[in-house]
Amino acid sequence: MAILIDQNTRLLCQGMTGWAGTYHTNRMIQFGTKVVAGVTPGKGGKSHLDVPVFDSVAEAVRTTAANASAIFVPPDRAAGAMLEAIEAEMPLVVVVTERIPVLDMIRVREALAGSRTRLLGPNSQGILAPEVCQVGVMATDRAKRGTIGVVSRSASLTSEITSQLTDVDLGQSTTVGIGGDPVHGLGFVDCLELFFADPQTEGIVLIGEIGGTEEQDAARYVREAGIRKPVVACIVGRYAPSERRMGHAGALTLHAPEDVESKIAALRDAGVMIAPSAHLVGETMREAFSKRAA
Amino acid sequence: MQLQEFQAKKLLSQYAIACPPGAVAVTPDEAEAAAARLDANTIFVKAQIHAGERSAAGGVRAVQSARDAKAAAGELLGLKLTTSQTGPHGQTVKSVLVEAGIHAERELYLAIQIDSLSGSIMLTAGRGGGVDIERRFAARTLELESLLLGMKGERHPGDIVELSRRIGLAEGSAKKFRELVVKLHRAFVEFDAGLIEINPLVLTAAGDLVAVDAKLVIDDNALYRHPDLKELREDEHTDRVELQAQRHQINFVQMDGDIGTVVNGAGLALATLDMIGAAGGSPANFMDIRTTAKSLDIAQGIGLVLENPRAKVLLVNVFGGGMQPCDTIAEALGIAFHRGPRILPVVLRITGNNEDLALLRLANFKLPKTECSDMWQAVTRAVAIAQGRA
Repeated sequence: MAILIDQNTRLLCQGMTGWAGTYHTNRMIQFGTKVVAGVTPGKGGKSHLDVPVFDSVAEAVRTTAANASAIFVPPDRAAGAMLEAIEAEMPLVVVVTERIPVLDMIRVREALAGSRTRLLGPNSQGILAPEVCQVGVMATDRAKRGTIGVVSRSASLTSEITSQLTDVDLGQSTTVGIGGDPVHGLGFVDCLELFFADPQTEGIVLIGEIGGTEEQDAARYVREAGIRKPVVACIVGRYAPSERRMGHAGALTLHAPEDVESKIAALRDAGVMIAPSAHLVGETMREAFSKRAA
Repeated sequence: MQLQEFQAKKLLSQYAIACPPGAVAVTPDEAEAAAARLDANTIFVKAQIHAGERSAAGGVRAVQSARDAKAAAGELLGLKLTTSQTGPHGQTVKSVLVEAGIHAERELYLAIQIDSLSGSIMLTAGRGGGVDIERRFAARTLELESLLLGMKGERHPGDIVELSRRIGLAEGSAKKFRELVVKLHRAFVEFDAGLIEINPLVLTAAGDLVAVDAKLVIDDNALYRHPDLKELREDEHTDRVELQAQRHQINFVQMDGDIGTVVNGAGLALATLDMIGAAGGSPANFMDIRTTAKSLDIAQGIGLVLENPRAKVLLVNVFGGGMQPCDTIAEALGIAFHRGPRILPVVLRITGNNEDLALLRLANFKLPKTECSDMWQAVTRAVAIAQGRA
């Protein structure tokens, strides 16, 4: 079993008939994902890529029993698409769209509270259960089915690290991108919780970076949950150019330790193994397993 | 996008938020005339740039007469002001705000901003506003109170008044404080702000609240909803190179080293800089090619690296995904070197979707390139070339 998606995932694509939607839906179909519906207002009743198109999410769900949605709608309409999916009680929504206004995401977060929907993203590469199901836009060639869960804030670095894991013969149960935006849906802690509970997942890679405090929250969660599976973390951004500071209010939120060192220290204190460099994550996970076996 | 103080105050005054009387001047004579119109003992002449911390850098002058206001404006206009928020190259002062000094019974701090953790809007307020707030906050001599707001304002009636008591406001002022927060919250939502900061917020002897300084940052992603504000953007960017990169869907930051980098994705770009640092090298730039960039955009971005005279080698670290396959980047490299001001040795690590197609394309371009199969090998190779060891 993977987390969030599996062979029973019945995917609906919002914005399927657009350029990006067409391209990626086709990729997912080729991969073997069951794409059961597309939604584009005004194009209901047509068929695209041999998939029926509906005017609304609710109608598509009634007709096709879709249980997950991928959103490829442009940024100015993405929040509307998310709210429609939440209203239709879609269990899982994956948002690929980037550059969505942050206040739109706050509106979406308000709608998510108390809803039945789990939302991933925006600005996420999606979820990949190698050889089983792809909901997203990530590279898939170097991924292999296995026992490692990967959760990340960065798409291309996830592909790189997935490839490293495959190279050391560690396949992946699921790779998940929580997205690079400040206000988003599922976070590191949510994904760790799912990976800890997932019987297929035996080890977890967490890919973090400078900014925000989600890595510290993840560290606290791992410590409190008591490590049951080895967790390896890679935190990038140590040599990032010194940004122009955001100003008082931005800087004032810095009182929570925010640099790479403090993230690493928090994670290490929680028993997480730190990869010494981004190119050594696969190796570090292999070490974590051999230590456990010893 | 951070607006200048006078722009922020102009926008906030549409919401009936009180600011000191004043006017913008672009010449010393205009400053003198503006000061002469003010009925005030103390007049402030404030440099207008797209960054804060101006006082500490000498960008705010207090004067007692219109003639002195003219002299102060003469000193400030055309000055390159470097503050802790401008970056090392500073920003040129093109206008000054000439404003009446307001007698403060008390100075407060007030900010409304996005709180990413809770996914909501956060109001922060403190007893002591004014300059040097960052240092005082870090030293824990400043206490701030905060409150989460929703899109519609306070979540429970009485939240804001309760917070105003915690920062020591009496009954009458508390009511005015709540009115001010309601207006600011409305402005925050309607302008798609990421931050509104009023520091200091002055409580006058008459019990009024006046925004003596104002900072307004607009969410870049929402600028399409605000065509009028978008026009203010052009002169914000003092860095021509970064602005040009932005126009081509590339996040770019110029750095001081000699290894030019071409990378797709922010995480991989940060990892590349980290590895260069660990290998003893020094990057010439940060580059994150966004997934929306087409080959012509990427070629423009690579051109910006080739233009940098400090760059001795070009390190390409690409993991092609679904949105941006490897061959798109390969095509961009070909275009950039064909057009480019000069040729640099290229260290290439390109893998992922359409990798084979990319290598086929690159073979036709005849670039002076070294191909590496993993990124650490590529990084150490680039560092060796930059240091004249290869």
